[in-house]
Amino acid sequence: MEEHSKPHISIKAEKIFHLFGFDITNSFFLSLIVFLIFTIGAFIYYYQSKSKNKGSFYYFVNFIVKSLYDLFYSVLKKETDYFFPLLASFFLFILFQNWFGLLPGVGSLLIRVKEHGKLISVPLLRANTADLNTTLALAIISVFLSQVFAIKYLGFKGYINKFYRLKEPMSFFIGTLEVISEFSKVISFAFRLFGNVFAGEVLLTIIAFLIPILASFPFLLLEVFVGFIQALVFSMLTTVFISVAIAKHH
Amino acid sequence: MAQEAAKFLATALAIGLGALGPGIGIGIIGGKAVEALGRNPEAESAIRTTMILAIAFAEAVAIYALVIALIIKFV
Repeated sequence: MEEHSKPHISIKAEKIFHLFGFDITNSFFLSLIVFLIFTIGAFIYYYQSKSKNKGSFYYFVNFIVKSLYDLFYSVLKKETDYFFPLLASFFLFILFQNWFGLLPGVGSLLIRVKEHGKLISVPLLRANTADLNTTLALAIISVFLSQVFAIKYLGFKGYINKFYRLKEPMSFFIGTLEVISEFSKVISFAFRLFGNVFAGEVLLTIIAFLIPILASFPFLLLEVFVGFIQALVFSMLTTVFISVAIAKHH
Repeated sequence: MAQEAAKFLATALAIGLGALGPGIGIGIIGGKAVEALGRNPEAESAIRTTMILAIAFAEAVAIYALVIALIIKFV
């Protein structure tokens, strides 16, 4: 068949079924699975932290969270406690979504769906961060929250003063550029994450088509590393932007 | 020129030219990081973290080009 002679690459997530009028896409489906595992892990951690004899899982999670805390502490100093839940969730969420997208079966398990009256086969699972909708949502949350925190820490007047100051007429020009750069942060956040993860997916597919056996293994390791680095970059950039946003202008 | 040929050329040019700048940038970042390491070997972990962050920034530009190339190719 024509359809199977070349690799299946789709830049957008595909619908796999309808539920109460919503289209459930394959990336959303994998995201739900990750979310469930994440929640179960959180509950196990919670119950182990309450019980007398703690398992190795508890200490492992503690170790990861402690390392993350030290990382964010190097930027935020005494404000770390307030922002830590947000930043650590960003890191862990993106990390898990990236890594689950690399599991065998993601992208290779197909399901038959009807689209425009004709049966086509689409992947059942797709990495959630290889869907532009997800990364855009994460980017908007990150940038919007940094504005909210800026208003909370500096007051509304202080927030406006970061962009426009009456005493410096030049700031009306520079301030406008700053406002535009706030919006462009959303785009750069979203495309950085989406591009890296999607490019990795395409790379693995193409390599598997060029040399079917073993050749994609080093690239798989590379993608595990890239998934980690991108999660780190996203949360670190959010940290830096927040720490810049809540700093007083002088 | 056939439309298909123009599409192939556009894809190759988009990623080819888009990889030039980030390549130079990552080279400079890596070189400077090694320089810094030579001057101050105790700061290895701090230099490594900063270097990887900076490389991710430079690499993001290449990724934008790649996204454009993929959009031209597959959409």
